[in-house]
Amino acid sequence: MPEFGFSISKGRTIDFDLLDSARTAALEGDDSGLIKCMDCGTCTATCSAGAFSDFSIRKIHTMFRRGQYDGVAEALSKCMLCGKCTLVCPRSVNLRHAIIRMRQTLRTSVPDDDDLRHYLNVL
Amino acid sequence: MKNFSPFVIPFTVGLIILLAACCIKWVRWYRHFTPVQKSQIRKNLISVNLIRALVESVNECLLHHRVFRRNLMLGYMHGSIALGWFLLIVTGAVEAGLEVHGDRHVWVAVFLRYFVHDPEAVCPYAGIFAQVMDSLLLVVLSGVSLAFVKSVYHKVVGMRKVTRHTAFDLFAKYSLWFIFPMRLAAESATASLYPNGGWLTDAVGSLFSVETARLMELPLWGLYSFSLGLFFASMPFSRYMHIFTEVPVIFFRRLGVRETDRRSGYTMYELSACSRCGICIDDCPLNRDLDHKTVQPVYFLRDIRYKRPQLETAEDCLMCGRCQVECPVGLDLISIRRQMRDRGTLDTAGTYDYLEKVKPFNAIGRVGYFGGCMSHLTPGITESMKKIFDAAGQKYWYMDENGSVCCGRPLYQQGFSVQAAELRRKNTRLIKDSGVKILITSCPICYQSFTKEYRLEGVKVMHHSEYIAGLIASGRIVVTRGDESITYHDPCELGRGCGIYDEPRKVLEASGRLLKTGQEREKSLCCGHNLGNTLISFEEQGKIRDSALSNLTAPAPDIIATGCPMCKKALGTGNDLKIMDIAEVVARRLIFS
Repeated sequence: MPEFGFSISKGRTIDFDLLDSARTAALEGDDSGLIKCMDCGTCTATCSAGAFSDFSIRKIHTMFRRGQYDGVAEALSKCMLCGKCTLVCPRSVNLRHAIIRMRQTLRTSVPDDDDLRHYLNVL
Repeated sequence: MKNFSPFVIPFTVGLIILLAACCIKWVRWYRHFTPVQKSQIRKNLISVNLIRALVESVNECLLHHRVFRRNLMLGYMHGSIALGWFLLIVTGAVEAGLEVHGDRHVWVAVFLRYFVHDPEAVCPYAGIFAQVMDSLLLVVLSGVSLAFVKSVYHKVVGMRKVTRHTAFDLFAKYSLWFIFPMRLAAESATASLYPNGGWLTDAVGSLFSVETARLMELPLWGLYSFSLGLFFASMPFSRYMHIFTEVPVIFFRRLGVRETDRRSGYTMYELSACSRCGICIDDCPLNRDLDHKTVQPVYFLRDIRYKRPQLETAEDCLMCGRCQVECPVGLDLISIRRQMRDRGTLDTAGTYDYLEKVKPFNAIGRVGYFGGCMSHLTPGITESMKKIFDAAGQKYWYMDENGSVCCGRPLYQQGFSVQAAELRRKNTRLIKDSGVKILITSCPICYQSFTKEYRLEGVKVMHHSEYIAGLIASGRIVVTRGDESITYHDPCELGRGCGIYDEPRKVLEASGRLLKTGQEREKSLCCGHNLGNTLISFEEQGKIRDSALSNLTAPAPDIIATGCPMCKKALGTGNDLKIMDIAEVVARRLIFS
């Protein structure tokens, strides 16, 4: 029922054993303040890109904070960086900064190879 | 060899190093100019611009006109050393030409007093030359003394903060300072032995006894030559390279060369043309309000030139353009900053396919109105614009009423030039296909983007303040003048960015009493929320905003007006005064006939 307007989310179980929070940790020391986020969704409500597509910045940074990075980098590249989300955020999270940093982190951080990561000493 | 003494060797070696390094650098940089930049130079080479460049070179490189305008003492310090030394060299060369016949080596003019002991015998004007040269030397010495005082107490030249130089720059500076006292001492020693001094060298020379003068003459000339050699050899690798780069930069700029999105040979010229005078430090909001000490253009350009890591420095800048207004060399500091933010492979194409569904609208016969992303957060502005259009009887197409396709400038300023270009392409097609001839925008960020980064031939782009000023002037809308007092905040992007200062003021004067503020027009203060900086936090932005607010509230106005939704948002938090956009001020005072 994709056209119905409302749908039921797929049941999702987060397996903490499979969770990889290395890249999230890399961003925690940063001064974007993403850690202050309370998931209110004001950013998504005002988003310019969200007005034209299913781009949801709240969903994306929530996934990133959870350590679920699949598709996050591609999704982030749809952002137009206009800065409305940063201006409306009630927790003054510097989202523009966080978006650029998330993109950089996802590109440059540890490889997906679990075995190799073991030798990188980043966890 | 006639007219030679071993002490001239350090000077000569230094001069050779200087000339060789300059030539190599000049040629190498010129080869990295883009084809467009080169064709600009060829196209404008024979034109009146060349004379303008010459005039500007004399004004800025010798007289230091812009520095004088900022502070008299600072101008005198720079001007006396530059112009004084230049005239010393030219006059010395002319004098040598008249007094020395044969064996006129390059060093003869520099050490003329040592080689020509009785100038009156060969040249009737020698006496005049001696007096003139001494006066010029005194002018340079006064400049050097002022520089010395400045290094201890910089408020004397009106500077709050001065550049923290590298050890090598300091070394070059001290060798420069050393040159002129040594020249005076050497010439004075010679003048006490032979009749070739002017009023100053004679006076100082009379302090020497004949024995001392005989003993000291050669070592003093040696020290003079040595300090000259050291300074010359360090010039191409220190900040003093600006002496040989500022003139070409002025010529290239006058011939129409501009910075591009990527670093080019012209950028290399600009990097070396920075004299590290430090004038950009005091007015940088990040320095003034947040005490960020390493990000100002003087340090930023130095980091690039010496290939030190600089991404953090590149990112920590509001891009408000305040430094560019002050820069005495007129460098394009914002463009260089943007180049260094290059995001490489992160900046990918094809990410905005979802904008396909935004379709153009047939708006022939209407004006286009682009509110901009930020105006969606300040509906007062867009509603007021609708009222104004209605009052003027103007049909309009509100292009981004149902969501904005961003103009691309926020991405562009952050170094995502490919993604920005994609948004520009989308908007350009929407605008061109709609058939509008006039496009009005309420957002100075979009305005700067449309006028500078887009190619919208056949479409006149206006900021809403320009448009409203036109409506009032032509009588299409009538506004009653209230007695509220207003101060106007010049947004960076509109004022310094696009040079629009008068139209907003005209509009505000028509609707209220406009008060002057301490720092306005090109000297206005950034509200702290410029999209150029993503690094500073909300609290830090607040500190910058408070500075801007204290400037605006000082004349005790009833209303603070501005022309930018971003500035309106920024100023609105943190004070009780009414912050209004120009459109809102006008819409309240409209008279409907």
